[in-house]
Amino acid sequence: MVNRQVVGAHYGLKDWIIQRATAVIMLVYTAALILFLLAMPSGYEGWKLLFGQTWVKVLTQTTLIALFLHAWVGIRDLWMDYIKPVGVRLTMHTLTAVWLVSCFIYSLKVVWGL
Amino acid sequence: MKTARFSIYRYDPDKDAKPYMQDYEVELSPTDVKLLDVIVKLKAMDDTLSFRRSCREGICGSDAMNINGKNGLACVTNVADLKQPIELRPLPGLPVIRDLIVDMTQFFKQYHSIKPYVINDTPPPERERLQSPEDREELDGLYECILCACCSTSCPSFWWNPDKFVGPAGLLAAYRFIADTRDEATNERLDNLEDPYRLFRCHSIMNCVDVCPKGLNPTKAIGKIKDLMVKRAV
Repeated sequence: MVNRQVVGAHYGLKDWIIQRATAVIMLVYTAALILFLLAMPSGYEGWKLLFGQTWVKVLTQTTLIALFLHAWVGIRDLWMDYIKPVGVRLTMHTLTAVWLVSCFIYSLKVVWGL
Repeated sequence: MKTARFSIYRYDPDKDAKPYMQDYEVELSPTDVKLLDVIVKLKAMDDTLSFRRSCREGICGSDAMNINGKNGLACVTNVADLKQPIELRPLPGLPVIRDLIVDMTQFFKQYHSIKPYVINDTPPPERERLQSPEDREELDGLYECILCACCSTSCPSFWWNPDKFVGPAGLLAAYRFIADTRDEATNERLDNLEDPYRLFRCHSIMNCVDVCPKGLNPTKAIGKIKDLMVKRAV
């Protein structure tokens, strides 16, 4: 392979939008969660009452997916900024993707297992 | 008589194994107002000290350097406002040719990559392509860039990827031609920038805005490019 500088992958906008949209989702969820937890009876009972609701589970799962997508864009940006060798970078991308998919699968158990 | 103390980055690749800081002390006369006035005086004391300068009034952009840790133009910086010893270094992130002179090749390569000229294939009218005053106003805050490289060399994304990231100066220029109603290549320009490296290495930390000696806002221009891309995509 010739050693040429190549740019022009023609993507990036979608990731940029995803990063911003998921940030808003996480912010709204965090604010709502704090308000609900303050309003609920404290301790395990209150926690269980809140997370027993299906809609809370759905919103929690949505927020966790937003977190994983947000982390994907952010961590990938880190590798793109600092890791120069293409092979190492591709490996880091792959490991990050595998880790986040695993986190997603585990989050299903955590949220719906209660 | 007042004096000014300096600590200046010195490096002559023909003689020095590695760069070092050299101290200077110079007496200030009442006409020594700007930093450049004093450096020119230093040059008379030590003619091996190398730096670029030309217009000495903030138009040519030649004397950009790192002044007490912040990029700026020596000719528009008041020497009285600077903490002493005044530490002068070359612009960060670019290869040093000698002392305060850096190799700007990479910077101009990125500037050229955005095609910094009006592209318009329709036959020109008899006299000139006219703009309404409102359309012309869109270019304010964009056309004033003097390409001194203060912004791009204060941007960490440009430090890490100068070969792939266009940098704030190049992106400001890119938006200058996107915003120009006489230009017909908006789509091609957006295509050219829609890239994870060329545009999206900007993480909006606004170092560029902080240092611009002309008071321009590359981050805002970059935001407008992204807005147009969103408008085009959704």
